[in-house]
Amino acid sequence: MGKTPVTLTLNKAERAGFTDPGENLLNFLRRGLGDLSPKYGCGQGTCGACTVLIDGEPQLSCLVLAETVSGKTVNTTGGLADGAQLHALQTAFMDGFAAQCGYCTPGMLMAAKALLDRNPRPSRDEIAEAISGNLCRCTGYAPIIDAILAATGQQVQG
Amino acid sequence: MAFTIETYATTAEAARAMGADARFLAGGTLVMRDVNAGDQSFTRIIRSTDPALTAIRGTGDGISVGACVTLHQIVANPDLAFLAPVARQVGGPQVRNMGTVGGNLFAPHPYGDFTVALLAIGAKVTTAQGQKPVDDFLRDRDRSGLVTEILIPRPRDPGSFGWHKVSRTKPKGASVMSIAAYLPREGGRIRNVRIAFGAMGGHPLRATGAERALEGQSLDASTIARAAAVTLEGLSPPTDPLASEWYRREVAAVHLTRLLTRMERS
Ligand SMILES: Cc1cc2nc3c(=O)[nH]c(=O)nc-3n(C[C@H](O)[C@H](O)[C@H](O)COP(=O)(O)OP(=O)(O)OC[C@H]3O[C@@H](n4cnc5c(N)ncnc54)[C@H](O)[C@@H]3O)c2cc1C
Repeated sequence: MGKTPVTLTLNKAERAGFTDPGENLLNFLRRGLGDLSPKYGCGQGTCGACTVLIDGEPQLSCLVLAETVSGKTVNTTGGLADGAQLHALQTAFMDGFAAQCGYCTPGMLMAAKALLDRNPRPSRDEIAEAISGNLCRCTGYAPIIDAILAATGQQVQG
Repeated sequence: MAFTIETYATTAEAARAMGADARFLAGGTLVMRDVNAGDQSFTRIIRSTDPALTAIRGTGDGISVGACVTLHQIVANPDLAFLAPVARQVGGPQVRNMGTVGGNLFAPHPYGDFTVALLAIGAKVTTAQGQKPVDDFLRDRDRSGLVTEILIPRPRDPGSFGWHKVSRTKPKGASVMSIAAYLPREGGRIRNVRIAFGAMGGHPLRATGAERALEGQSLDASTIARAAAVTLEGLSPPTDPLASEWYRREVAAVHLTRLLTRMERS
């Protein structure tokens, strides 16, 4: 079975690799391009741990056929920090203990980033909606919602 | 992974390439699950980059929606505002950015929420064989070939369309059941009523008993009670991990009553 070349912009860098027919984007990013930040949780779209931004929209990389992102822009948690300078969301997650085991965190961060990119001052309900495709089995979600609110500079209540 | 991926520039070529050994890839939220699970029942994955598949355009009394229009595009389109509450309840944000209207037509139980709305509003589906009502399409969807567009009539009064999804987790969860009701009124009487249920059969189904009870009546508490009494006619609810057949039968009338009562009051 022949391999297909894929070129894309990953975290602001031009990248290229070869994908097997039927390979999903998550696999391609992790094994093909060495970006280990998106996580494999369920392979069924249910958990959201593999969430990446494709042309700015949060999508489930485990359900995207890798070759369909040719020519597109993909952003992952691996590209959030600017050198040693963490993204405001990352700092807020750290300060607010919004991660326990941490497996859902990369997906949560990308879902949250997509929200803040189009709505810099979301309400609690809007945040809950934005992360509704991401499962967390440790925190009970409240610290995650608080951290996203804090990252926007809004008062966190209760 | 023994798949070949075929990408076609036009829907006509893609339609010709379809076959028993092929799956069309729209948003992929269901196809890629099968690919990841090592499904061997198909070997070819068909795609099309035809821009017509992702276009939404007005057609006078209706709206033409390309089969690969995403649920997010529906939410964002002011012309389709009456369907936004439906599309907003399909999966989470990621699923809505990927999942398409065409894919929803094929989604197995308990999925297919958007199709429930299409069935109630009386949409038509376009394939290589021409146009058919969603009702007919659903009866033999396995043999339909490529769907290119969905024609959605514009309700004269957006208030005549109502939607209610019952799920155990919120804001995202698969349907215990979903209900769409289209109750056009003329001179206070309901004319050409259509009520559709999701997750209450192999594919979205019309509640024929409730429709009969509502047709020609005014929408009031006693009409709603008569419709509720025959809710299950035309439906065949299954048992699945979300709910048993017994439970679905018990609560169907309760939820239909809630939806119709909300529509009566607004
Ligand atoms: C986590 C999760 C949550 C979900 N929640 C919901 C929910 O709440 N409600 C709901 O209704 N669904 C839900 N779904 C199911 C699914 O995402 C939606 O039904 C979606 O609309 C399917 O569209 P798609 O484009 O992704 O389909 P695809 O996976 O691309 O295709 C699905 C099927 O339809 C066929 N197909 C697609 N387009 C065409 C076409 N144009 N012509 C011919 N055949 C075609 C494919 O070959 C395939 O057999 C969920 C899925 C996931 C992963």
